[in-house]
Amino acid sequence: MRSRTGVEIRPALLLPVLGLAMLAMSGASLAVGYAQLPLGRALADAVSGQVSLPALVLLELRLPRAMLGALVGFSLGMAGAAMQGLMRNPLAEPGVVGISSAAALGAVAAFYSGLSATVALALPLGGIAGALLATLVLFILLGRGASTTTLILAGVALNSFAGAATALALNLAPNPYAALEIVFWLMGSLADRSMSHVWLVLPLMLSGWLLMASTAPALDALSLGEETAASLGFDLTWLRARLIGGAVLAVGSAVAVTGAIGFVGLVVPHLLRPLVGHRPGRLLVASGLGGAILVLVADLGVRLAPIRPELKLGVVTALIGAPFLFALVQRLRREAL
Amino acid sequence: MAIVGQGISIALGGHPALTGVDAELRRGEVLGIIGPNGAGKTTLLRVIAGLLTPDDGHVLYDGVTARQLGRHALARRIAFLAQDGAAAWSLSVEALVGLGRLPHRKPFGGASEADHATVAKAMALCHVATFAGRTLGTLSGGERRRVMLARALAVEADYLLADEPLAGLDPGHQLDTLQLLRTVAAGGTAIAVVLHDLTLAARFCDRLLLIHRGTRAAEGEPAIVLDDDRLAEAFGVTALRGSHESVRFILPWRTTTPSRSDP
Repeated sequence: MRSRTGVEIRPALLLPVLGLAMLAMSGASLAVGYAQLPLGRALADAVSGQVSLPALVLLELRLPRAMLGALVGFSLGMAGAAMQGLMRNPLAEPGVVGISSAAALGAVAAFYSGLSATVALALPLGGIAGALLATLVLFILLGRGASTTTLILAGVALNSFAGAATALALNLAPNPYAALEIVFWLMGSLADRSMSHVWLVLPLMLSGWLLMASTAPALDALSLGEETAASLGFDLTWLRARLIGGAVLAVGSAVAVTGAIGFVGLVVPHLLRPLVGHRPGRLLVASGLGGAILVLVADLGVRLAPIRPELKLGVVTALIGAPFLFALVQRLRREAL
Repeated sequence: MAIVGQGISIALGGHPALTGVDAELRRGEVLGIIGPNGAGKTTLLRVIAGLLTPDDGHVLYDGVTARQLGRHALARRIAFLAQDGAAAWSLSVEALVGLGRLPHRKPFGGASEADHATVAKAMALCHVATFAGRTLGTLSGGERRRVMLARALAVEADYLLADEPLAGLDPGHQLDTLQLLRTVAAGGTAIAVVLHDLTLAARFCDRLLLIHRGTRAAEGEPAIVLDDDRLAEAFGVTALRGSHESVRFILPWRTTTPSRSDP
């Protein structure tokens, strides 16, 4: 019997394979960079606590870049799967409820106000503040019993508003350099981030992942529609609150430290869906691992490509992601026939 | 043991959908909920399922309210088969039927051997085991309805509420489905089923509940509920009556009014 779900791979096999691939890519990210790094010596020095240039490069430059790549990718991939599961739509992505643009606006505000020049971590903190403000709006709507459609519409409004406000900041930028800096930051990058960025976002992301992972059975049930999911014992308002709360914590902090990295949250769940038998619950962790792999690979590409100045990560992920979106649209069109 | 609804009133979007409706589901019985389009049958089924909270009146599940019972316990006790039989993703039939076991799962727990056995049994009962590995998109409308019925049976609940489970089924599968519901009821389950086919409703249900304009127009044995006056009043039809294999049957034959366009 022919079956379209035939490529399904058991979770006990798929997750370790993706996990190993992610570790391998993290290792490659540590090994690859602009300076030649004697990795063995750097590791030995770092472990023994000896201050040396190779150890400094490893700990201060390569490690935060690799860790942030994995953390941000995992957050984007998992949040993408979570939002697609909630909206029951393969074209949803983490930014669909306005989180990403609100976080970007918060960071731009920190830029524009000059805070980022005087206060350490003002940019990511501004980004997180922006994401939390957007969440406040969404949660007020949820408290009034908003449906998923209402949330999407609110997301459209939040996205438009944050986009307009960001454009306004560019419009009124005191000088072209400030505007250019904002534009570059918005394109997303893992360059020049430090371990303090990692420690800032790690607890937020971890709690976001846990919140989203806790919704796995509910997302499976939601495949059958909201009414049937409710009849199977799932509280939809509480489900929406956990998913949006989790996505805000994970994606809001991702955007806050790296800027906007598009398409990961859209493309990765779609690519991995057949491998988990199209189960939205199982897709969450798989998509997180896949997102981490994609961001790490794209960031390796950015550093290995002989193009200077360095390409922005958001540009590369979009360049890779857009053709996939075309393929997705084609396939959906065929399935509709 | 039973589900007892008393004086259920509810307004949807400002319009009264049900007014003071009483309903009772008893174990081992098939209750047919009938009535013209827009009468409030689906709303009543949703209230009984605990998916809608009535503005007035109450529903007791074996003597306790939904709130006292808790959402999860209610989900194990009541299986709800919704009218639309769509699934958002290309899950296999087996995975979809398996979703009926979710109310029995422990947090972060997987499917047990017993779960797999229950799913296999439900698929076999509904004749969908042969396409366990296929997706809904590759099945006909009637086959999808049977998959969804299997999903509801997989809950193994004390109460099964089915909203128009016959829609889109060919005559053979309509009879099969109702016979299956009878078998399930004989095992001690209480079944409430919304039906449009009065012939089948009269033949397969122990009792009928006629909903008309949001109120309970009649309740009781099919032959009593479906008398000529009520058929004319609620449905605007007259019916042929007869008996075959010593079973009485009723067949809607002609509309009583020239046009049924006005409500």
